[in-house]
Amino acid sequence: MVETTIKDISIEALRNGDRAEFAQMVDAYSAPIYRLSLRMLGSEQDAEDVLQNTFLSALTHLSNFEGRSSVLTWLYRIAVNEALMILRRGKPEVNIDDHDSSGEHDDIRPTQFVDWGALPEDELLSVEGRQALDHAIQNLPENLRMVFLLRDIQDLSIKDTAEALNLSEANVKVRLLRARLMLREQLSYYYGERMKKEKSND
Amino acid sequence: MTESTHNTCEGLLGSLSDYIDGELGAELCRQIEKHIAECEDCRIVVDTTRKTIDLVHASNDPQTDLPDDVRSRLFKRLNLDDYLKPSTK
Ligand SMILES: [Zn+2]
Repeated sequence: MVETTIKDISIEALRNGDRAEFAQMVDAYSAPIYRLSLRMLGSEQDAEDVLQNTFLSALTHLSNFEGRSSVLTWLYRIAVNEALMILRRGKPEVNIDDHDSSGEHDDIRPTQFVDWGALPEDELLSVEGRQALDHAIQNLPENLRMVFLLRDIQDLSIKDTAEALNLSEANVKVRLLRARLMLREQLSYYYGERMKKEKSND
Repeated sequence: MTESTHNTCEGLLGSLSDYIDGELGAELCRQIEKHIAECEDCRIVVDTTRKTIDLVHASNDPQTDLPDDVRSRLFKRLNLDDYLKPSTK
């Protein structure tokens, strides 16, 4: 993870208005925040807005940082909230706090049993394959996508993901499972089609 | 045995994430492994879910830097122009 390779940012120095320290923090964390924002919003302009607002907000709310999580997790939390504000523009129903209506697995029960896992890596990660994957991630419902992005793409722990999204760990786990199974399902359709085509070409 | 639910397809599904993330106890792992040795559908679900997560990791390059223009606009917005160069990377 990025965090381990950079020097610790001193919150004390930031609170004292140390601009050099702030510049350090921006350089240390802007790339992961920007990548997350791009994934959340799918637009470079929106991602840049979130990036800028995240650091502006961090600067003005330094006193709110309690040190329970890492600085990066705290920044992710701010970025998620900034992104949600953009997503909610004209879409008031976007709400990641929504408790899932059921604890049942009905909506996630697998229906595709194509054994595509053994396909060669270069085929799975072809340009087209990557596009299918990106598309599948974009297609996840908002409340699942946020969890998935933080846990499986930004590599946060379950605990930090819960912290960043203000959700319980149990809730994060349920959503993560759903997100992973929905992605698996979509990729199974995609690679299933590819495998069929290859067979017919032989 | 009290934890026998993991011998079913339904039970396996509920623990799939923990199993893949290596956060399941040895006994539950053993039950899942026993189940997928006998249940081809679940074996495929476990394999392809694991593969899905691998692909996500492989296609996500964490070394990607911030584009230069994005970085310079960010520094300007934050009134950090004087720290803009050189990049500390
Ligand atoms: Zn089964």
